[in-house]
Amino acid sequence: MTTSSPTVAVSQPQKVVDARKAGSLVFAASVILLCAWVLVPIYFLLINTLSSPEEVSAFPKTFIPPFNFGSLEFFAGFSGIGNALKNSALVAIVTMIMSIGVGAPAGYALSRFEFRGKAAFRIIILMTRAFPLPLLALPLAVMFIRTGLDDTIVGLAIVHTTLALPFAVLITFSLFSGIPVELEEAAWTLGCNRVQAFRKVVLPLVLPGITASAIFAFVISWNEVFAASVLTIENRTLPAFLLQSLDVSPLHLKFAGGFVLVVPALIFIFAVRKYLFAMWGIANR
Amino acid sequence: MENKNLPYMLLLPATIFLCVFFIYPFTLVAWEAFSKDGAFTMEHFQTMTSNWKFEISFWNTLLLAAAVVPIQLALSLLMATMVSKMQKGRDIVLYIWTIPLGISDLAAGIIWLAIFDQSGFLNSMLYGLGVIDQPENFLSYQNKSTIFIAIVLAEIWRATAIMLVILVAGIGLIPKEYYEAAEVFGASNWKRFTKITLPMLKPSLQTALVLRVILAFEVFAVVAALGGTNFPVLMGETYNWQFELQDGNVAAAYALVILAISIAFTLVILRVLRVPKGAQV
Repeated sequence: MTTSSPTVAVSQPQKVVDARKAGSLVFAASVILLCAWVLVPIYFLLINTLSSPEEVSAFPKTFIPPFNFGSLEFFAGFSGIGNALKNSALVAIVTMIMSIGVGAPAGYALSRFEFRGKAAFRIIILMTRAFPLPLLALPLAVMFIRTGLDDTIVGLAIVHTTLALPFAVLITFSLFSGIPVELEEAAWTLGCNRVQAFRKVVLPLVLPGITASAIFAFVISWNEVFAASVLTIENRTLPAFLLQSLDVSPLHLKFAGGFVLVVPALIFIFAVRKYLFAMWGIANR
Repeated sequence: MENKNLPYMLLLPATIFLCVFFIYPFTLVAWEAFSKDGAFTMEHFQTMTSNWKFEISFWNTLLLAAAVVPIQLALSLLMATMVSKMQKGRDIVLYIWTIPLGISDLAAGIIWLAIFDQSGFLNSMLYGLGVIDQPENFLSYQNKSTIFIAIVLAEIWRATAIMLVILVAGIGLIPKEYYEAAEVFGASNWKRFTKITLPMLKPSLQTALVLRVILAFEVFAVVAALGGTNFPVLMGETYNWQFELQDGNVAAAYALVILAISIAFTLVILRVLRVPKGAQV
């Protein structure tokens, strides 16, 4: 009776352990594969960026960067690039300031008050996500020519703010919701008025999150192509400049330009990674 | 007294901003598409549809979305469930997987150009493996199918991250007790995924799909970088009419077409994935 059962009892867990091992091996392999799927194309761009112009169009390619800065030098010296970079940075900064300046008060109001029209306002915010926003650039181009905003930093920043504003409102809404009203009320009872309580109690707590959503607004503007191409002629941003010269520019200029576009975005996403999920978690509701 | 007006004061800047730069411009687009010298006309739509590129760009856009979005949905669901099972290295893996979130469509197009270009890395790899003797021109007008594949890959590479983030956040909201209960009753991994994760994830799936589908209809710079004029899409044609052909009215008509399919698909997604009242957490 007892002779066969111990072997079964021993071999069964062994099989389970093996299956577990194989399973976790497949799991780890898939994770690594998916990481490679994201990283390898960026690595290829890096190789091209760090090659001389001749090496970029040479064949076959090496899979190790030659660390030649010819392409980047060519890019830096290409006429109009400096200006485009400056414009991109300026538009993104103005977008950042406007979307937080306009969005944060709205987020605060949504999180702290019950009032008539709250639902309607939230619907407008949600609606903006169901519209192809870059198309706004078309009618605004006409409007801006009439008001003198055409081909200006502020004009483009306004369109980019429309893109970033819904996110700014939703993110700040979630940030303020995460801070108990009691904290503010305590400050009121201790003699602060509403503004002081906000400045001394709420602001220090939400500042990191606000910074994160400001950075997010920066990235949205930095990356935007369509509106930038439609609305600017002389004062092109980097994406608009690259898009316009796609047909005519040599390969090494494209790759160096693409690389310069990618780097700040990578750094910024790294900086806000902690907030990414909190931001989107609330955006679901 | 002060409290009553305060919320409205706080909302005022955002409301004004959205009215002036969001709602008003959309009425302007509609007006521009339907009017000529102040009178109603369908002329611009006729100009648009009679151009041979309209039909191609329309179907290209839909085809691209149909090829890209389902793969992205499956991939982001897979990645999100993997992340939720992970203990070690979760943060670094999540960061790597969300990197494309910060990369613009133009940069993504350029990145995949580095791979599919005639002197690119795919050719170099195939040459190195002895599959081909000389570089193939994958992105020439004769190779429409490889252009399509390149664009699909670039789009999947670039825009899966946004769905992933939304789904990871959504999975985080599902109460752990549901899974524990399922485990007690001996539900398999697959059962748990289909009976708990998927239904509970509906609101997040809604958001992710709406956002993604609308972005798919707006596809522009990736196509411009990889296909050029060989693969016309709606947004690219809008740009062409506005810029090369200097006809803002026809561009506005194109814009309305994109808007119409965006709204139509948004409504379909909201309807199909609707969450019954009272079934919310």
